[in-house]
Amino acid sequence: MLQFLIRRLTGAVVIMFLIGAFTFFLFYTVPQDFAALSCGKNCSPENLAVIRENLGLDKPITTQFWEFMSGIVAGRDFPQGHCSAPCLGVSFESGEFVWDSIIDRFPLTLSLTVGGLVIFLILGLGSGLLAAWKRGTVVDKVVSGASIVLSSFQIYLLGPIVLGLLVYSTGIMEFPKYHNFTEEPGAWFLGMLIPWVVMATIFTAQYTRMSRSTMIEQLQEEHVRTARAKGMRQSYVFFRYAWRGSLIPIVTILGMDLSALLSGAVVTEFTFDLAGIGRLAVDSSLTKDLPVTMGVMLFGAFFILLLNILVDLAYAYIDPRVRLS
Amino acid sequence: MTTLTKTEGEKAPTGPDSFLSVRDLRVRFSTEDGIVKAVDGLSFDVERGKTLGIVGESGSGKSVTNLTVLGLHNPKTTTVEGEILLEGQDLVTTPEKEMEKLRGNKVAMIFQDPLTALSPYYTVGRQIAEPFMKHTGASKKEARDRAIEMLTKVGIPQPRTRVDDYPHQFSGGMRQRAMIAMALVCDPDLLIADEPTTALDVTVQAQILDLLKDLQQEFGSAIIFITHDLGVISDMADDLLVMYSGRAVERGAVREVLREPRHPYTWGLLSSMPRLGGSTSQPLMPIPGSPPSLLNPPSGCPFHPRCTFTDQVSGDRCSTERPPLGEGRAAACHLTAEQKQTIFIDKIQPRLR
Repeated sequence: MLQFLIRRLTGAVVIMFLIGAFTFFLFYTVPQDFAALSCGKNCSPENLAVIRENLGLDKPITTQFWEFMSGIVAGRDFPQGHCSAPCLGVSFESGEFVWDSIIDRFPLTLSLTVGGLVIFLILGLGSGLLAAWKRGTVVDKVVSGASIVLSSFQIYLLGPIVLGLLVYSTGIMEFPKYHNFTEEPGAWFLGMLIPWVVMATIFTAQYTRMSRSTMIEQLQEEHVRTARAKGMRQSYVFFRYAWRGSLIPIVTILGMDLSALLSGAVVTEFTFDLAGIGRLAVDSSLTKDLPVTMGVMLFGAFFILLLNILVDLAYAYIDPRVRLS
Repeated sequence: MTTLTKTEGEKAPTGPDSFLSVRDLRVRFSTEDGIVKAVDGLSFDVERGKTLGIVGESGSGKSVTNLTVLGLHNPKTTTVEGEILLEGQDLVTTPEKEMEKLRGNKVAMIFQDPLTALSPYYTVGRQIAEPFMKHTGASKKEARDRAIEMLTKVGIPQPRTRVDDYPHQFSGGMRQRAMIAMALVCDPDLLIADEPTTALDVTVQAQILDLLKDLQQEFGSAIIFITHDLGVISDMADDLLVMYSGRAVERGAVREVLREPRHPYTWGLLSSMPRLGGSTSQPLMPIPGSPPSLLNPPSGCPFHPRCTFTDQVSGDRCSTERPPLGEGRAAACHLTAEQKQTIFIDKIQPRLR
């Protein structure tokens, strides 16, 4: 198992390096003068030269690449001060260190993800299991029908409806806003509740459908029938035998969803006017703030790799056949 | 063969030796296309400590019958009529809670493919121990010891370490042994083996059959042995039931049925089976056509569309009248005893050499 982890982690480091290199060359080889962008209109050649030097754009591209990559590992110095590792460079727009603006936004993204996750896992898997258990009954039909309707909804449709009902017309809740969790947990909870519920609704519907269908599939497995033939209780067979097999596809999708959410829930953030990682990514690409775009991409890639490893570990835990081969 | 003398459809009294007695069993599934008559008026008996072989093509109702005995059919889509008397208790009307106590305890089942029939997620030991704990109330420790004991009995080497292995770490034959250990862990009175050797290669097959015979002697269980392999059945069974289209078409002691079969379908089965040492100039004779749809079974004798001897029966009785299965050693066919004898001696027996 340790060997497996070491192998995967080494692989992840290599992939991170390749992604870094790829994004760097992709962006820096585009025919675009970033110094001119940063300088704005009526830019004098002197100003342009200064900006170029400040951004390090006057150096050869290999040097720039080396500085960028080594900065991530060891940090680097900029005219405005030392940027400690992991240094992802300086924003063209704000002049802030990219890593700082990411870390600044991350608590919101993390809160949004974790809160939504708790809701959609409990409701989604719970209702999916219920529907599979009561397959063919009214309960199943109601749950399945509702999940189909809800999964065809969109956050940007459901969000304004909920806001209209709870905020604008009745004033029951305040407009969603992020508060620091450690300082004001109560305000944090209330501020995030609407985004959580709206985002989780869409996910819940998907997880309901997925867990229902994989459970029904698993319940038809022969080993599940064997367990029944041994005289095991139906609920025992359901949870111990069928559920165990259903976990594999669920964990796979969950890993993908989580890494996507952690690298920024763009639609949710825009719908509720929250400034998270997704917002940062979109804003940076609109303003051609290249270091920020690259930083956010690398940050997202990190979560994708991390969750991939975690999902593989989960497979090994769930299925002994994976563990030993 | 006293148990085979009962009339079809007769309501008990079952003989003292008759452990399981199935009477006029009808199993129907409702599907989108209509009602499937998977089992249509089947009766048989199994004696304590004896083996009943059931043969027939795929879809003849063999497996359905036995899943119904264990109550493993889907109650929502299946209707079951008739009686399944296990020591006088009717399993058709027994509630699910009671059935749970019987399954794996008094009646156990061995499935065809041990790779898919064992859960990949739990150790072999745990899967054997589970029913033992459930039915005897044994502790985890006792159940584990029992699992090791059972693995020893079915001939798994190093059972103390193998007990913690997962099914995928076992070979095919060992998996089937583990499956047998699992079925026998509570010392069942009736063991249903649903094609237990079909998924195994021939040498392993012979080992598994020997094992089953040995264990039957030791445990004294009655066995229902389902197969489509007539070679295996002659080795294993005391009595034989030939099924076709959800019905029994021939039954009797296994030697009698195989030596002197009386039903055209049984003739077909035997003629289509290759024999070691058989003459190579004698071509195999497959049964023409394919098994009938159970959705819409043929009228009269269900075998008549594939039968080559219908012209010897006067009128159109074959397609209009369902031939009854007589008492004891019997075959459900309209041919007279003399006709059957003549056809068998003239046309069938030479092929079986």
